[in-house]
Amino acid sequence: MSAAKAEILDRIRAALGPRDDTRVQEYEAIPRRYRQTSVLDADARIDLFLSRIQHYDGGVFRCDRASLRETVARALSDRSKRRLVIPPGFPREWLPDGFEFTRDDNLSHEDLDRSDGVLTTCTVAIALTGTMALHHSPSEGRRALTLVPDYHLCVVEADQIVETVPEAMRRLVALNPSLVTTISGPSATADIEMTRIKGVHGPRTLDVILVE
Amino acid sequence: MIRVGEAAQAPDFPVAARHALGNAQLRRNVRHATEVIRNKRASVVGEMPDWQELRDAAHEIKDHVLRHLDVYLEQFEDNCARAGGHVHWARDADEANRIVIDIIQGHREREVIKVKTMTSDETRLNAALESAGIVPYETDLADLIIQLGHDRPSHIVVPALHKNRAEIRELFQRTMKLETLGPEPQDLTAAARAFLREKFLRVRVGFSGANFAIADSGSVCVVESEGNGRMCVTLPKMLITLVGVEKIIPSFGDLEVFLQLLPRSATGERMNPYNSIWTGVRGGDGPQEFHVVLLDNGRTTVLADEASRETLDCIRCGACLNACPVYRQTGGHAYGSVYSGPIGAILTPQLQSMQHSTSLPYASSLCGACYEACPVKINIPEILIHLRRRIVEAGAPLGERLAMKAAAFAFGDASRLSIAQKIARAAQLPFARDGRLAKLPGPLGAWTAARDLPAVPPESFREWWKRERGKG
Amino acid sequence: MRISLFITCYNDTLFPETGKAVVRVLERLGHEVEFRSAQTCCGQMHYNTGYASEALSIMRHFLRVFDDAELICIPSSSCVAMIREHYPKMADEIGDPAIRRHVDALLPRVFEFSELLVDKLGVTNVGAYYPHTVTLHTPCHALRALHVRDQPIRLLRAVGGLQFVPLPREDECCGFGGTFAVKNADVSVAMLADKIGCIRETKAEVCAATDNSCLVHMGGGLGRQQAGIRCVHLAEILASAETPAEQAKR
Repeated sequence: MSAAKAEILDRIRAALGPRDDTRVQEYEAIPRRYRQTSVLDADARIDLFLSRIQHYDGGVFRCDRASLRETVARALSDRSKRRLVIPPGFPREWLPDGFEFTRDDNLSHEDLDRSDGVLTTCTVAIALTGTMALHHSPSEGRRALTLVPDYHLCVVEADQIVETVPEAMRRLVALNPSLVTTISGPSATADIEMTRIKGVHGPRTLDVILVE
Repeated sequence: MIRVGEAAQAPDFPVAARHALGNAQLRRNVRHATEVIRNKRASVVGEMPDWQELRDAAHEIKDHVLRHLDVYLEQFEDNCARAGGHVHWARDADEANRIVIDIIQGHREREVIKVKTMTSDETRLNAALESAGIVPYETDLADLIIQLGHDRPSHIVVPALHKNRAEIRELFQRTMKLETLGPEPQDLTAAARAFLREKFLRVRVGFSGANFAIADSGSVCVVESEGNGRMCVTLPKMLITLVGVEKIIPSFGDLEVFLQLLPRSATGERMNPYNSIWTGVRGGDGPQEFHVVLLDNGRTTVLADEASRETLDCIRCGACLNACPVYRQTGGHAYGSVYSGPIGAILTPQLQSMQHSTSLPYASSLCGACYEACPVKINIPEILIHLRRRIVEAGAPLGERLAMKAAAFAFGDASRLSIAQKIARAAQLPFARDGRLAKLPGPLGAWTAARDLPAVPPESFREWWKRERGKG
Repeated sequence: MRISLFITCYNDTLFPETGKAVVRVLERLGHEVEFRSAQTCCGQMHYNTGYASEALSIMRHFLRVFDDAELICIPSSSCVAMIREHYPKMADEIGDPAIRRHVDALLPRVFEFSELLVDKLGVTNVGAYYPHTVTLHTPCHALRALHVRDQPIRLLRAVGGLQFVPLPREDECCGFGGTFAVKNADVSVAMLADKIGCIRETKAEVCAATDNSCLVHMGGGLGRQQAGIRCVHLAEILASAETPAEQAKR
């Protein structure tokens, strides 16, 4: 143990004095009377989530599984995107013809920067806050994929949408993730005279395809 | 415990405040910024039927962690190390800076991209890096503005709020060597994006703070809006994170509480654009070498003072600054330290040895707006009073002590109070005119410089009662 | 009911009219008012400025004086907040469980004046007449410690002839803050300027409040500016009444 660690721990123990070994019981006894469940039904949750995305100026597309491929094509054409990066595990059958898709295989930062955008799935989405959470699975890709390209098209499945933050966190905890990124609209700053400017670093355009 | 020392030179708060009050542009910017965030916060908090319950839970979680801080820190270290992270411990600012410099120099690197963290401002890391021949690049827009302008932050969340767009435009054009630059905030933001992007894609060392360090998973969480955080913690080959020991939370699941409270309190958003949570190192994704520096730097001293321990609950949201009627008048520089506003008034005197420390707990009218706004329910007014007590115990100015002792003597007994009232009535005679006291000497002159004071009436209430009701 | 008046040290010395007004109102409502002349102060100034041991002895004196009072009426919300918020802790600090018991027994019997009228006595119309436009400042202690905000408004709205105008940004501190007004006079005055701006916006003739501390600060600034707006304690407004002849004419 380093001297610094020993000294800091000693100072902490001296500061706190003698304690009973009740830490776990104490933690479990912490009152949690905040909302932890949905009040909205599935349709209302979806509508709320999509309205939040639109509030961020994100494009919203709805489709069923069968028409997902052509919806991807439509979304990309709407934004004039042709050369996209794809996570290694992103389903091949969702990729339409007529575009250039490059599977990520340790692409350089510059390669990512030169692409038109990225397509991914997500893990869970939060309706109240308009959030998509990724734990960087193979179909979501490593973190740089959703960071460097200027456009992110995310495929969200209807049953991935929960209403509240606690519900989303519990789904994530169950996966024991080592990496999580939550995305709630494009980046923003209000540092200049409190004027909110969207799109500083990270993808400036964010679209969602909701699959029902 | 109040720490007073030579570590930094800043004027006492009343002096610094007077200076700030004279700056009309600063006052306008501060007023505008705090009002905007206050209104946004009120709106998103008003949407939450369980806001008070969230505050209660957050307060309990933080109090709990502090009571078992040693256990949770070791748990964090074990889990982070197991995931491939290196954990270092720093007793003070110098040690923390030294550790960071050694890591960077050990890799023969000379540049580092930084995500905003007040903790590194607290340790004055940038100056230490520069002395060691390492160039730090601030990447938060406001901190970039501060860095390029050789300035100091004036707010926890919006550090450059004292600057307007024209000043920023002039600064960018000059330092970024731009031939043309539009005047709108969008133009300035676009210029910053281009300027910084080159660094994000190239620099091999990243530096961050952390909003939360999670004990049961060994993970670290950074909460941000601009995306520069993600850039700095993802793209470089090596990442160093500096985090105060009080930032530990027990469990990953506890984020469900704090990620609701923090964005709504700090920027008035339902959720901030990006949260990044990472654990140690993951092959093929992000930095392949990760170091965490756990910083004490006085926090264990605050921990030892049970009455003010909850100062360490702070999650650095800045809501108290926006709510504070004193901060609204002066802005952050008047507090003479990295931490300003109500939290600064209690944290700075306990954490940092500063000459002007003893003036900070008095920089408050005890109105309680900060406590009302605080998402983790820190009873700031109570801690202010506690710190004032410490200051008096250590030795208040003689004149004040005598006056307070005399008043306490008078309040000990009604007949003594009656005598004191008669004395006051007599003493005012040279100053009373038309039932008013227009100009008083000594410290009371500070009142009459700007306000009238009514003269002491010829008969007190108790004298009236005795005369009229014949009792007492 | 037999109501014991705690006039407060500063009202006793500087604002006896407020005390007389409280007596007039309570007696008009048919209650008996007693004044225990041994009273002095609640200890707030010492406590807030960091002189805790002095505050503790002042508290003990208060407890002795009011130990068996049926109801205690205090025309100052900051003093009530002091007693409610800090006396229990202070009693614990002394370490004598008997004192803590005294405090616990006392607290339910302590009321700020407007709280007493509306919440305890169930009265909003006290038979007052005050034909002026009046705005109301809510002191920070009333707002945040006591949650006394509506009671004064309801009382004012029931006053004959009175036109009530709400005060913009009324939850902002006026800048008095006790010794703050002297230790940080510049900021105190800057805060006062904002408060005066709001008061003047209402175009009211009178600014009322439940605390003379805020009022003397606001009134002091308004007076220095020759604003022509008076600051009047709520009790003094409620104590104003018409004579039967005046009432008949109206």
